[in-house]
Amino acid sequence: MKAQGLYNSQYEHDACGVGFVLNMNAKKEHKIVENGVNVLVNLLHRGATGADVNTGDGAGLLLEIPDRFFKESLKMKLPAMGKYAVGMLFLPEADAKRRTVRTMFERIAHEENFNVLAFRDVPCKPEVLGESAREVMPHVAQIFLESKLGLDGDALERALLVLRKRAEHESELPADGCDGFYIASLSARTIVYKGMMTGPQVPLFYPDLKNDLFESAVAVVHQRYSTNTFPSWPLAQPFRFLAHNGEINTIRGNRNWMRAREANISSPLFGEDVKKLVPILENGSSDSGNLDNVLEVLTLGGREVGHSMMMLMPQAWGKKHAMGPDLRGFFEFHAGIMEPWDGPAAVAFTDGKWVGATLDRNGLRPARYTITNDGFMVFASEVGVLDIPAENVKEKGSLRPGQMLLINMETGRFYKDAEIKSRFARKVPYRRWVKENHIDIHGFFNAVGEVVGDPSTLVKRQRLFGYTREDLEIILNAMASSGVEPIGSMGSDQPLAVLSEKPQLLYWYFKQLFAQVTNPPIDPIREELVMSLMTFLGIHDNFLAEEPSQARLVKFRYPVLSNEDLGRIRTLNYDDYKSVTIKMAFPVLSDRKSAGELLEEALDALCRNVEEKVRAGYSIIILSDKDLPEEMAPMPALLAVSAVNQYLSRRAIRTSCGLILETGEAREVMHVASLLGFGATAVNPYLAFESIAELSRAGELDVHLGVTEAIEHYIDAMNKGLKKVMSRMGISTLRSYRNAQVFEIVGISSKVVDKYFAGTASRVGGIGLEEIAKEALMRWRSSIEGQGALLPVGGEYRYRKDGERHLWTPEAIANLQISLRTSDYARYKKYAACINDQVKHQSTLRGLFAFKKTNSVPIEEVEPASEIVKRFVTGAMSYGAISQEAHEAIAIAMNRIGAKSNCGEGGEDPKRYEKLSNGDSLSSATKQVASGRFGVTSEYLVNAKEIQIKIAQGAKPGEGGQLPGHKVNEEIARVRHSTPGVTLISPPPHHDIYSIEDIAQLIYDLRNANDEARVSVKLVSEAGVGTVAAGVAKARADMILISGYDGGTGASPLSSIKHAGAPWELGLSETQTTLVLNSLRSRVRLQVDGQLKTGRDVVIGALLGAEEFGFATAVLVSLGCVMMRHCHSNTCPVGVATQDPELRKRFKGTPENVIQFFMFVAEEVREYMAQLGFRKFDEMVGRSDLLEMNKAIDFWKAKGLDYSGILYSASKDPSATHCTEHQATGLEGALDYEFLKEIGDGIETGRKVVIEHPIRNIHRTVGTIISSRIARKYGYKGLPDDSITLRLKGSAGQSLGAFGAHGLTIELEGEANDYIGKGLSGGKIIVRPAAGSKFAPEDNVIGGNVILYGATSGELYLNGRAGERFAIRNSGALAVVEGIGDHACEYMTGGRVVVLGPTGINFGAGMSGGIAYVYDENGRFDSLCNTEMVDLDTLDLNDESELKKLLENHLRYTLSPKAKRILENWERERERFVKVFPMEYRRVLGAMSKKDSEVPRTAKTRE
Amino acid sequence: MILNKSFLTVARRDPGVRPLKERVHDYEPVEMELSQDIVREQASRCMNCGVPFCHAFGCPLENVVPETNHAVARGEWKKALDILLETSPFPEFTGIVCPALCEGSCVNGQDGYSVTNREIEHTIIENGFANGWVLPNIPKRRIGKRVAVIGSGPAGLACAEYLNRAGVDVTVYEKAEYLGGIMRYGIPDFRLSKKIIERRIALMQQEGIHFETGINIGTDASPEYIFRKNDAMVLTCGARTPRDLKIPGRELSGIHFALDYLTQQNRLNGGEIFSPDETMNAKDKRVVVIGGGDTGANCIGTAVRQGAASIMQIEIMPCPPVARAANNPWPEWPRVFKESASHKEGCVRKWNINTLEAIGENGIVKALKCVEVEWKRGEDGRMIPVPKQNGEFILEADLVLLAMGFTGHAIPEIVDAFNLKLTERGGIYHDANGKTSTDGVYIAGDAASGPSLVVRAIADGKRVALKILEGLT
Repeated sequence: MKAQGLYNSQYEHDACGVGFVLNMNAKKEHKIVENGVNVLVNLLHRGATGADVNTGDGAGLLLEIPDRFFKESLKMKLPAMGKYAVGMLFLPEADAKRRTVRTMFERIAHEENFNVLAFRDVPCKPEVLGESAREVMPHVAQIFLESKLGLDGDALERALLVLRKRAEHESELPADGCDGFYIASLSARTIVYKGMMTGPQVPLFYPDLKNDLFESAVAVVHQRYSTNTFPSWPLAQPFRFLAHNGEINTIRGNRNWMRAREANISSPLFGEDVKKLVPILENGSSDSGNLDNVLEVLTLGGREVGHSMMMLMPQAWGKKHAMGPDLRGFFEFHAGIMEPWDGPAAVAFTDGKWVGATLDRNGLRPARYTITNDGFMVFASEVGVLDIPAENVKEKGSLRPGQMLLINMETGRFYKDAEIKSRFARKVPYRRWVKENHIDIHGFFNAVGEVVGDPSTLVKRQRLFGYTREDLEIILNAMASSGVEPIGSMGSDQPLAVLSEKPQLLYWYFKQLFAQVTNPPIDPIREELVMSLMTFLGIHDNFLAEEPSQARLVKFRYPVLSNEDLGRIRTLNYDDYKSVTIKMAFPVLSDRKSAGELLEEALDALCRNVEEKVRAGYSIIILSDKDLPEEMAPMPALLAVSAVNQYLSRRAIRTSCGLILETGEAREVMHVASLLGFGATAVNPYLAFESIAELSRAGELDVHLGVTEAIEHYIDAMNKGLKKVMSRMGISTLRSYRNAQVFEIVGISSKVVDKYFAGTASRVGGIGLEEIAKEALMRWRSSIEGQGALLPVGGEYRYRKDGERHLWTPEAIANLQISLRTSDYARYKKYAACINDQVKHQSTLRGLFAFKKTNSVPIEEVEPASEIVKRFVTGAMSYGAISQEAHEAIAIAMNRIGAKSNCGEGGEDPKRYEKLSNGDSLSSATKQVASGRFGVTSEYLVNAKEIQIKIAQGAKPGEGGQLPGHKVNEEIARVRHSTPGVTLISPPPHHDIYSIEDIAQLIYDLRNANDEARVSVKLVSEAGVGTVAAGVAKARADMILISGYDGGTGASPLSSIKHAGAPWELGLSETQTTLVLNSLRSRVRLQVDGQLKTGRDVVIGALLGAEEFGFATAVLVSLGCVMMRHCHSNTCPVGVATQDPELRKRFKGTPENVIQFFMFVAEEVREYMAQLGFRKFDEMVGRSDLLEMNKAIDFWKAKGLDYSGILYSASKDPSATHCTEHQATGLEGALDYEFLKEIGDGIETGRKVVIEHPIRNIHRTVGTIISSRIARKYGYKGLPDDSITLRLKGSAGQSLGAFGAHGLTIELEGEANDYIGKGLSGGKIIVRPAAGSKFAPEDNVIGGNVILYGATSGELYLNGRAGERFAIRNSGALAVVEGIGDHACEYMTGGRVVVLGPTGINFGAGMSGGIAYVYDENGRFDSLCNTEMVDLDTLDLNDESELKKLLENHLRYTLSPKAKRILENWERERERFVKVFPMEYRRVLGAMSKKDSEVPRTAKTRE
Repeated sequence: MILNKSFLTVARRDPGVRPLKERVHDYEPVEMELSQDIVREQASRCMNCGVPFCHAFGCPLENVVPETNHAVARGEWKKALDILLETSPFPEFTGIVCPALCEGSCVNGQDGYSVTNREIEHTIIENGFANGWVLPNIPKRRIGKRVAVIGSGPAGLACAEYLNRAGVDVTVYEKAEYLGGIMRYGIPDFRLSKKIIERRIALMQQEGIHFETGINIGTDASPEYIFRKNDAMVLTCGARTPRDLKIPGRELSGIHFALDYLTQQNRLNGGEIFSPDETMNAKDKRVVVIGGGDTGANCIGTAVRQGAASIMQIEIMPCPPVARAANNPWPEWPRVFKESASHKEGCVRKWNINTLEAIGENGIVKALKCVEVEWKRGEDGRMIPVPKQNGEFILEADLVLLAMGFTGHAIPEIVDAFNLKLTERGGIYHDANGKTSTDGVYIAGDAASGPSLVVRAIADGKRVALKILEGLT
C-alpha cells in the first residue's frame, strides 16, 4: 500500500512461528508435508489476523520438489530429478497481462539457455481465504525448465538464480498484488507453497499438498504475524532459502552496505553473469526477504549454506566468549567482509542439500527441537507442535544464542554447533590470514597523551562550534569526571530545533529511533558481552571472494580516536593505506551568492574532491574542520559526512575508503552516534578533548583528575553512550550500526534530506541549506564578535533567561500553582496562555496549529467538565520515583473524579486496596507492568481496572532503569518484593516481548490474570509507531498510548531525554492513520501523553485521534513541583520526588490541587469545543480536518514546515475514527474456565481439589485465571499449600502457571514452553518428563526460555534443562533445575535457584539479590559467571541445609535421578556446589566483613 | 555538577551587624562581612534549580544566581565574578542595598531559609576589587554616536555604562554636586558607604564616560544644546516627588520629608555645612516617622545617631504577617514583617494608625493627633481604613518625618524643557522601549516607572541603553 499521511509501508514488521520437520535419513514421504502443515496449525496463535479474521498475515512451506507427484500423479514427462527445475510463480490475474509476463519470462529463459518443458496453472481454492486476501490473490502457476547446457546441481541452481534475477529486474510489474509478478521459488531442488493465509488454510488452498504422492524429506514452515494487514502474498514466508522469525534491526545499514558493494562483486562461478545479479536485494521485500536474497547469493557463490549463515549472523565472539583461536579467526576474518545482520532471529533454512537452523547472538527467539529414535526431527519455535510418543523421543534440545544446527540431507548426519563451527573455522587458515595480513599500528589505542591546545583562542573556537557553558559544566564535566553521561530528570520542554531561535547544531534536528515491541532493545551493561564497537578500515567489496587479502585491514577497537591515534593513522606508511585531509568548510562571504548556495557549492566540491582522492588511491579520507581560516565557516559535520558517504555510495566507491572526522563540533554521545550512523568510520573530537584538558587544568572538573585520565574517562563515557544508542535500537555491533541511519529527522526539508540524508524519514519538512548555513554563520559570527571569557549560557538543560526557551517558565509555574491554590480560573488562563500562545515564540509542533473557523455552539450545550475529566489519566510515576504523599494524593484525586491514576512500575502497597473511611481510594486504577516486573503479583493485577504494559518511556525509549540501593527503603522494598538497600534494575526489554507475537502472548497472560481489567500498551512516538500500534491492536490490546519523546522521567541520561523518540503529534497522527486504514481503529482506544499541559493540548490531541490524555509533569507542578530537575538526586525540596523523610515533610500538595487542575483543563477544553461546535467529546476525536497551520507565524526557520502529513484524514466516516467496540479477549477457550467448573466452590471453601487433564502447546497460560480467583478472594497470601492441584500431561503452551497464586500446584508430566511461572506469586510448579521417556532427563531440554520472570514467591522444580534467562528478575521464588542456558538469574533480586547441571554464559548479570547454588561438575563455572556484582563462595552450614532441603523436595516431586545421585553421595557432592552471592545482598544481610564492605563499589552503577 | 544536601544541613547565616552600642555612634556601615569560607559554605546551600526562580523570576537583572553560587561554592571566585558581571554592571551597590528579590523567590525559601544571595554577591564583587579583577570596560572602538544621560542615579549610571561599552560617547549630567543620585543622597552612609559609589565612578571615568555635575537641564543647559551635542538623550532623573500628608498643621515647622532629612545628613557626612536654621536634627527630640517602609527605617537609624530622645514609627497599614499570607504565595515577593538593624537601635512601631492633625506651638510641631483604624472592605470591594471608635490619641512629637513614599510625578522643568507628554497619573509617557513622545528622548529607571528599587533602576537603565543602541545603529 502506498504511503498515506504519515503511514509508510517501509515500517512494517513481522515475526511469527517458524520451524521445520525432517526425515534425517532423507526419505521422502508425504507424512513430512502433512507434519509441516500440522506444525503450522499448532503455531496458529503465533500468527495474526487483521480486521478480517479469515485473512492471515501469511503462511507457507518450503519443500523438496515433489518429483513423484509431478510424474506419477500429474503424469508429466520430466527429466530425472535434479535435471529439471520448477518455478513457483505469482502472476497477474488478468489474462493479457499474464500472457505478457509469461512471454517475457520464457524469452529470458531461452536467452539464459533454458528450455521450457511445461507450464502448469496450480489448482487453488480461493474460497477458503479471507476477503482481503482474495482481493489481491495472484494467479499461481508453475513453470518447468531444463538447462540447454545440461547443467545440474549447483551450476543449475546458479543459472536459475541468474534467470530469476533477470526476470525480476526486467519485469516492470510490482511484486505485490494481483497484477504483479513474483517468483516464490525457482529451483531444481526446492519449491515454495505460500500465500496470504493462515497456516491451516495452506493445504486447503493448495490441494497439491494433500496428494499422497506429494513427498518431501523436509518441510520448512512459517506462520507470519505482521504489524499490518495490507495484503501481500510475496511477503509470506518461507522465501527461497529460509524462514525467519524475528526482525533484522540493522536492515537499513545492511541494505546501504549491500548497495555500496554490489557493483564490485565478482565470482568465477558466476563469471560475467554476476552483473545480472545486481541489484541483489529485491525491492520492496521485507528484512527477512533481503536476508534470504543475500544468503542465496553467498551460498550459490560458493560457500556452504551454513557458512553463509555464520557470516550473516555471527555469534558474539568478544573476549568474554570462550572459543578457540581458529574459530575466533574465522569470525574476525568474516567481520572484515560482512557486517552482521543483527536482530532477534530464529532462522530455519535449507538449500536442498543442507537443512539447518540458527539463532541470533542474543538468543532472543525460542528454538526447540526433538529427534526421534526413527530419525525424524522437528524444530520449531515451540515444543509440542507435533505429537510424538514419549518413548520414541531420542533427544530434546534447544538452540542457544548464536548457535546453529545442520543436517546433511544426503547422509542424514546431524551436526551440532561446536562441530559445525570448528569445521568451517578450519576450512582455510582464517586465523593465520588475519594474523599475517592485518595492519599493525604501533601504539594504536594505547594511552592518550596530554592535549596541547591554545587556551588564548579556545573560547573563540568553542564559540565557532556553538559551545555553551552547559556543554562544559554539564556534559563534558560529567563525562570526564565520572566516565558516564550526565543524568537528568523531568522531560524536555524546549522548542524543537526547527522552532528554536538559537542557532542549533544539526544533530538537534535528528531523533534516535529505538526498538519497541517488534524487536527488543539490548541491555548494553548487563549483556555487554554481545556488543562490539570494533570497526575496520579498508573493507573489501567482493564478499563472494575468500582470500587472504581480505584480512588486510586496520582494526579500530572503538570509533573515538584520540589525537595520538589520528596522528598514527595520518602517518601510516603503506601504499594501500594513504591518508589525505580535506577541510569541510564553506566561505562566509560572497557578493553574488547566498550562504545556502555557498554551502551547497562547498558540499559539491567536497564530494568531488573526495572522489578524486579515492580514485587516486587514498583510502583514508580525513574530513577536518580544524584550523580554518577566518573567512571560512565549518560545515555541519553531520551534513558533510553524510553527503560524502552517500555520494561515494552512489558511485560505488564508498567501501574503497574510510571516512574519519576530525571535528570540533562533536562533543556529546548524540553527536558521535549520528556521525557514525550516517557513515563516519571514526571520529576525533579534538575540541572536546581540548576543552576537557582546560577544565582539568583549571581544576573545574567535579573530580580532581589529570588531563589524560579525564580524557580517557571521556572516551569511556562516549563508548558506553554509543553502546546505549545502538542497544536502544537492538543493534549489537558498531559495524552494522554504521550507516544504518537509525534516526528520524524533525525539521529538515525533503530537498536537503533527499540529497544528503536519503532514506531517512523526515515527515514535516523544515529548513533548507539556506537556514542550515545561516545557523552555521551565526556561530561563526559569535566566534568573531564574541567577547569575554564566558561562553553563552546554554539553557538546554536548565532554564536561563538568556538561553534556550522552555515551556515551563517561572511565570507558568507560578501562575499554575497560584491559580490552583486560590481556585482562580482567570489566573489559570494566564498560565494556559503562557503555554498555548506560540505565535511569537514557537516551541511545539502543535503550537503552530490553528483551528479552522467552524460554527460554534453555546458553551452550555457542551458536555460538562466532570465528564471530560474522566478521559484524563496521570502518567506512570512509581512510588519510589515520587514520594508516598505525592503518589497517594494523585490516586485519591483521580479516583474521586472517575479518572485514572497510574501506579508506575514499582508495585503498590496492598494496604491501598482497602477504601478509606471517607470513601476515598488510594488504589491506582491503572497498574503498570514494566520490564522490571517489580511488585507484579496476582494480587496486584486483580486490583487493577487497567493493566498497562509499558514498552517504552518517552524520556528514555529503549533503555532500562535503576533504582539505586540507597533509595530502596523498607517500604519500597516491601512493595517491590525486594530487599532494602539492594539496587533494583529494570532491563531495557521486557524479556517476554522480543517480537510482535510475544506481546499478544503477554496481553493474553494479563487478561487471564484479570479478566475484568482492560489491557493497554504504552508506546513512544517514532517513525513507524503506527505499524507497531496496528500490530498491538491485532494483539488485542484495548488501549494504545502514544507517548511523546519529551515526557518526564525520574532519571535518564540527558542525551536520551533530548534526542530519542519523536513528538507525539507525529506518532499519534501516524497511528490514527494506520489504524483507520486497517479498519482496526474502532476496536482500540488511543491515549496520548508527553508535555500535555493545557486544554488546547487536549483538543489538538483529540482532533489528531486521541480519546484519552495523560498528564504527569503538570500534575506534579500542581502538587508543588518547581521543576528543579533533580529528581534523580533524591533532593526534591518540595517533597514530591524524594524519599528523604525530612524533605517529604515539605510536601504541601493536596488531592484538591490535582482535581482543580483537571477541572480547569476540562473547562478550557469546553471553551474550545464550543468554539469548534462540538457538544460531545467523541465527535471531536480524529477530526484533523479542523486543524491547519497558523498563518500568523512568521519565523524564519518554520517557513519550510509542512503539516499535510500530520493532518491527513484516512477516512471521512466519523465512526471509523474512534473506538466503537470492544476487543475480543480470546479467553473463551481457556482451559482454566473448564477447571473452574470442576473446582466449583473449592476456592471459596478451601476444599482440596485435584484435576487431571491432558495439555497441548495451544493451551497457554494455564492456571492463571484460577490464580486470579484465589487472589481476588484471599489476596497475596492465597490458599494453603496444594489446595488446588492440576495434574497435566503433554506439552504445555507458553506461560504455564503465570502469576500462579499460593495454594495452586501444577504438576506437568511432559514438557513446557517459554515463560513457565512468569510472575509466580506463591504457586508451585513441577515439571518432569513424560512417563516412558527413554532419555536421561538431566541432558534434555524440558522448559523454554525466560522462566520465573518477575516471580515473587513460590516454587518450581524442573527435572530437565531449561533455556535462556532462567529465573530472570526473580525476587523470591525457589527453583531447582538440571541445566540452563545463558544469562541465568539476570537482574535477580531475591529467591533461591539451584542448578544441578551446566549453565550458559553471563550467569548472574545484574544480580543484586537472592542466592544461586550451582553444581559445578567441571570446576569452570567462574568463567561462565558474570562476576560484576556477585561473589562466588563455598557453602556454609546454613546454605547446605537449605540446599539439601530443596534437593529433597526436587527428588520427592520429580524423582530426578540426578538429585537422587547427589543426595546419596551428599558428603562428596556438596563440595561441588558453588554459591553465587550478590555483593550488595551480602552487605545488606551483614554477611560481609567490615573491611570488605567499606570498599567503594561504584563501577557501572548508574542512576 | 556536584549536588549535595547542604541546603538541609547548613543553616542560613547572615553576616549580621556591628554591636548596637558601637554602631549607633557613627555612620560607618552597620553590616559586617563573613569570611570567604563561610560564604562558600553558604553558597553551597544553593540547589541549582532547573528552573531558577531567583534568576528568572526574582532578579530584575536576571543574574544567573545558581551559576555564581556554584562557582563560589567551589572557590572559583574569578569565574563567579565573570558570570556576575555579565548581567550586573554594579554588583557592589546591589550587593549591599538590594532587598534581594532573588531571595524572595528562592526555592529554599519555600520551606526554611533562602540562600544568602545578596551577601554572596557582595563578597564576590568585593573580592574582585580586592584582587584587582574589576577592570574598566574600555570599548574597543567608538562608533561616533553621542548620548546624554540626565541624572546619575543607578539607572543613569547603568545606562551610561552599557552605552559606553558599545562605543557611544556618553555624558552624564547631574544637577547635584556629587554623583550617585538616590544612592548618594537617599541611602544613609551606615548602609551604603559613599566610597563605593566613588570607586565605581572612577572606573567609569576611566572607561571614558564624562560626568558633569551641578548642571540643571533646562536651566543650566538648554535642551537645544543637549540635542545639538547628542544623537539621543535619556532621562534618568528619578522619581523623587514625595507623597505629602494633607492634614491640618502640615505647615508647622519640624515636619519634613524623609528624603530631605536623609539627604541632609548624607551631605553633612560628606562635609557640607548647613546653617542651624536649615538643619534638621533629631537630637533630644521626640521623633515620629510616618510611614513604615525602608525610607522610614533609614530615618530611624539617622535619628538614633543624631541622639533622638524617642522614636516612634507609625504606619496606616496593618502589621504584615510573620509568614506569607495566603494571597501572597511563593514565588511572589514575601510581604512579611521585617525588622531592620535601625529598628533594633531603638524605636516603637505602631500599625493601623492614621494621622489626623499636626498640633503645634509657635509654629513648631509638638504633637500629632492620630486615630487607630480598622481595614474593611468598602462598597467597591477595595479595602479601606475605618477609624475605630474612641481610637483617637495624641502622640507627642518634636520632629515629624514623612516617609510615605513617592508619587512618581514628573519633574515639571524637565517636562517643559523637552515638551514631554504625560500620562493620566502624572508620569512621563513612554513606550515599552523607553521612548518618550519626543524624538530622541528616552527615559529609564524610576523616572519612567515611578519609585522602585535600585536594582530595578539598574536593570531598566541597562535595558533602555540596549534599546537606544538599536535606534542608533
